[in-house]
Amino acid sequence: MALNPAITDLEQLKEHPAIARLTSWNPAAVEEVKFDREEMTIYVERGAIREACVLLKEDQACPFNFLSDITCVDWYPREPRFEVVYHLLSIPKKERVRLKVRLNSSGPAVESLTSVWPGANFFEREVFDLFGIRFTGHPYLRRILMPEDWQGHPLRKDFPVEGYR
Amino acid sequence: MILNMGPQHPSTHGVLRVILEIDGETVVRLMPDIGYLHTGIEKTCEAKFYQQVVPLTDRIDYLCPMTNNLCYVLAVEKLLGLEIPPKAQWLRVCLNELTRINSHLVWLGTHALDLGAMTVFLYCFREREEILKMFEMISGQRMMTSYFRVGGVALEPPLGFFDRVRDFAGYFPEKVDEYENLLTGNPIWLMRTKGVARITREDALALGASGPTLRGSGVDIDLRRDMPYSSYDKFQFKVPVSQEGDVFARYMCRVQELRESIGIVRQALDGMPEGAIKADAPGVVLPDREKMKTQMESLIYHFKIITEGFSVPAGEVYQGVESPRGEMGYYVVSDGTAKPYRVHMRSACFANLQTLPSMCEGRLLADVVAAIGSIDIVLGEIDR
Repeated sequence: MALNPAITDLEQLKEHPAIARLTSWNPAAVEEVKFDREEMTIYVERGAIREACVLLKEDQACPFNFLSDITCVDWYPREPRFEVVYHLLSIPKKERVRLKVRLNSSGPAVESLTSVWPGANFFEREVFDLFGIRFTGHPYLRRILMPEDWQGHPLRKDFPVEGYR
Repeated sequence: MILNMGPQHPSTHGVLRVILEIDGETVVRLMPDIGYLHTGIEKTCEAKFYQQVVPLTDRIDYLCPMTNNLCYVLAVEKLLGLEIPPKAQWLRVCLNELTRINSHLVWLGTHALDLGAMTVFLYCFREREEILKMFEMISGQRMMTSYFRVGGVALEPPLGFFDRVRDFAGYFPEKVDEYENLLTGNPIWLMRTKGVARITREDALALGASGPTLRGSGVDIDLRRDMPYSSYDKFQFKVPVSQEGDVFARYMCRVQELRESIGIVRQALDGMPEGAIKADAPGVVLPDREKMKTQMESLIYHFKIITEGFSVPAGEVYQGVESPRGEMGYYVVSDGTAKPYRVHMRSACFANLQTLPSMCEGRLLADVVAAIGSIDIVLGEIDR
């Protein structure tokens, strides 16, 4: 099984249910798409992520009704530094899609998904704890894995693996 | 009154702390507090070679090491575009189902113990011991097996292994009958489980529950059947679903899964293909010991893989598998070097734990223990 090159041309991928739904709503919300290793990635404009998720969740043809995961990748020292990654699953259609939001290093913040899926609560707290990204509108944004009085955000790339001693 | 349950408490199955606001015997509010077992495995992974991450993955969830191994190696194989020989795939399926049985047996034993049924615990651990001995036979370890490798499995199974598994698969269904005789019709068990800690289909979906917690509420999804991996599409099995969404429904789902899993093990044994157990990828898969002593090239590859790892083409994948507790997912990002840029584990228990407040609020304090047991949490996996 050789690797096929990634497809990044929006024209070729517009048949995909998630992309079709988002571009018909607001073409400016979709910044970039990538189809690589049988997986679809959509870069969503940072202000549109909550509305995009509502649309995908309530889509009639292919409802992405299950939030699998929220995490983050730190591309330090590149800017925009952070990518918040959302994995959605459509249980009726057995389809997955990955949404990404790019955030700058100064005061990274994105709208919370807890009003769409209450289950986003723990995942967003984890991302806040380990990466220091704020989720606006989150009901209880506090550290979840690290101690309350911990300094810094351990999964950032400028945090040493051994910690500060 | 505010009551603190845990972090050291026999029925929280680890170091889970639950803060309870109670009014008499009724739970008004419940808040799980986690992080006591946080070891920073995701950070550690970033400093290791791809093959060095495998032993870390089974330390996440000590009850289903093989499932975590499988999920991680599948993700890396997807990044590499590796084709895995059929024998390795079937071996993986067989061991995964044994792991599922192992995990469900620990769950059933401890859950029943929490609710006052001592005997079931002893019976479950009797069969679990046999599975652990099989794991020891094949990998040298009882719990932290680390048996899977990127590109296949570590070693050829030893002589007599398949006979032992076949023997076990032959008598295990009777043992499940034995557990069911003790519990399923038992009036005390029914009173502690039926109608207790109920969660609706909509709530379970919205809160991100998966596995038996979701199937117990009537959502028919199983990644083994719906998004098959490691040739699960070649096996026949049913996916048990219950509608009620209470502790008993989740119990029934898991007990039925025990029977289905042993069926898959039997199918894997009957149809085990012949051939290699490792993919033909010299730069990624360690060469056989024999070849290393006779061929210079194999020795060089071995040296290179051990000292500088193997590089993985840049990209990202999310691989989800159906672990005994639900959707276990590995999100691996590669930047083209020999160490993963980012490894994230989507833990099933982490999401399932969020259902606890809606299961318990407004109900009796004693039911909290039943609810915690019924979602089958492993704190190592939650805190990572």
